[in-house]
Amino acid sequence: MIVTKEKPIDEILEYVEPYGKILVVGCEGCTHPPRGLREARNMAMTVSMGLKLRGKSVEVRSTSIAKQCDLYNCKVALEPQIGDAEAILTMACSIGVGALSTLFPDIPVFPAQNTVFMGVEDRESDTFKEMCRACGDCLLGETFGICPIARCAKSLLNGPCGGPVDGMCEYKEYTNKCAWIEIYERAKKFNRLDLFKKLRLPRDRRLETPPRMLVGGELK
Amino acid sequence: MRIFSNLMKEIKEGHFVFTGELEPEKETDLHNTIKAAEELKGYVVACNVTDNPNSMAYISSLVASYLIQERTGMEAIYQLRCTDRNAAALTSDLLGACALGIRNVLALTGDHIGLGDYAKAKPVYDLDSAQLTYMIRKMVDEGVDLYGNKIHGDVRLHVGVAANPNCEPLEAEILKLARKVEAGAEFAQTQVIYDIERVKEFFEMMRSYGIKIPVLVGIFPLKSYGVAKFFDEHIAGVHVPEELMERITKAKDEPDKQKRKEKILEINLDFFIPFLKELKRTEAAGCHIMAVGYPEIIPPLTEAVK
Ligand code: SF4
Ligand code: SF4
Repeated sequence: MIVTKEKPIDEILEYVEPYGKILVVGCEGCTHPPRGLREARNMAMTVSMGLKLRGKSVEVRSTSIAKQCDLYNCKVALEPQIGDAEAILTMACSIGVGALSTLFPDIPVFPAQNTVFMGVEDRESDTFKEMCRACGDCLLGETFGICPIARCAKSLLNGPCGGPVDGMCEYKEYTNKCAWIEIYERAKKFNRLDLFKKLRLPRDRRLETPPRMLVGGELK
Repeated sequence: MRIFSNLMKEIKEGHFVFTGELEPEKETDLHNTIKAAEELKGYVVACNVTDNPNSMAYISSLVASYLIQERTGMEAIYQLRCTDRNAAALTSDLLGACALGIRNVLALTGDHIGLGDYAKAKPVYDLDSAQLTYMIRKMVDEGVDLYGNKIHGDVRLHVGVAANPNCEPLEAEILKLARKVEAGAEFAQTQVIYDIERVKEFFEMMRSYGIKIPVLVGIFPLKSYGVAKFFDEHIAGVHVPEELMERITKAKDEPDKQKRKEKILEINLDFFIPFLKELKRTEAAGCHIMAVGYPEIIPPLTEAVK
């Protein structure tokens, strides 16, 4: 899922302060950390109170839709609810902010979240872990499910670097496992050291250079 | 194979070679580095010139390598890391190095930018050390750049790489070295190591994987108790042997400065001369002595194992 972290409330208030009618829109897409209807309602209340403390009385409504990253979905589900909103505050990831800005070009759309990465969630330890950086040419078929781009601090294709100590990465003071040692361990377990040993030549960085588009299945 | 440098000539002739290390810092005059290079002349065949060690933003290693060669005649092993430059910038610097008469380059991935004093800067890693090696060999062997564009003039460079016998699991490191050799590396210098048995294990595993490359084993003499303690505690993955540490700790109580210095030199020689003698019996091509700020150890050390 796309993992987000809520922005500081003061930053959010700064964004919406100039507007009298604000619509807070939740997103039920990636569900954790949750940013759906309940969170949109709480945010609407917080914004309304926060602005009141700043001496402003505003109208704040809230709603939520299924997936803000789907333009069609947004149009069908949200358009009828826009009404006279002067500004939209979205609980979605930054993709939602972009989507709503595209769809409603006459209304300013503000983010309530910082989008941090694409990753997995471990509910037991309340941990989200970055797993992929959308490089455009997936290597996981050679690395046994461990992404060297997202999990190696240097995004190396021919790791490990000279840095790991006892299997831990030199970056962030040996608190993370070295992705390449993990790849080695898995390759060894599956008796596929041939894949670990493979010399990978420099990548075509255009595949990962923004802005990217997929048009009719073609990367543009 | 063509030979462009004294380092490669000595290696090819089968001499046990010594290389040294020079570490220019955040400076513009290079006074100390030039002085250190002068002191090492005649004892080592070439000196590594570090490129932003520990990711500290220092003077360009290319400029330093050139000035060291120009002013002292000491042959440089120009260190070049992928942390700070993309493939195009690396190519430009390599062409520049050739124009300036630099003949050895050590292709490094480089410490993470987050380790140094520019921790907020962007880590580049467009290439890694194996890919940089591949690119350099393409430039040297085919006279073209990474994308096949013709280079005017000869590219005369020998490319070395780093290896780390301390790495656990060692097999991961050995297979990585195999990749670098496949990419065209011509020599390797290792991370500091104090354990000669581990060095032998390293060579044995190299042999069992059929990896052939001249290896210069890295050592780090300990100039003072402070250096030894810092090294032991802060250089991850490398430990000073207990006995050596104990002797140096004892020596620090000697009140007379000159005597203390002599004592510490003696302790170092007691440890490293047998180490080097043993090393000479392995398939090591030589020894890379990292004695930044401790040039006085190099003459007695290299003389003793001639
Ligand atoms: S290699 Fe990594 S970054 Fe690239 S697509 Fe696969 S998981 Fe994502
Ligand atoms: S220690 Fe491992 S994970 Fe960290 S940068 Fe080096 S290869 Fe990547």
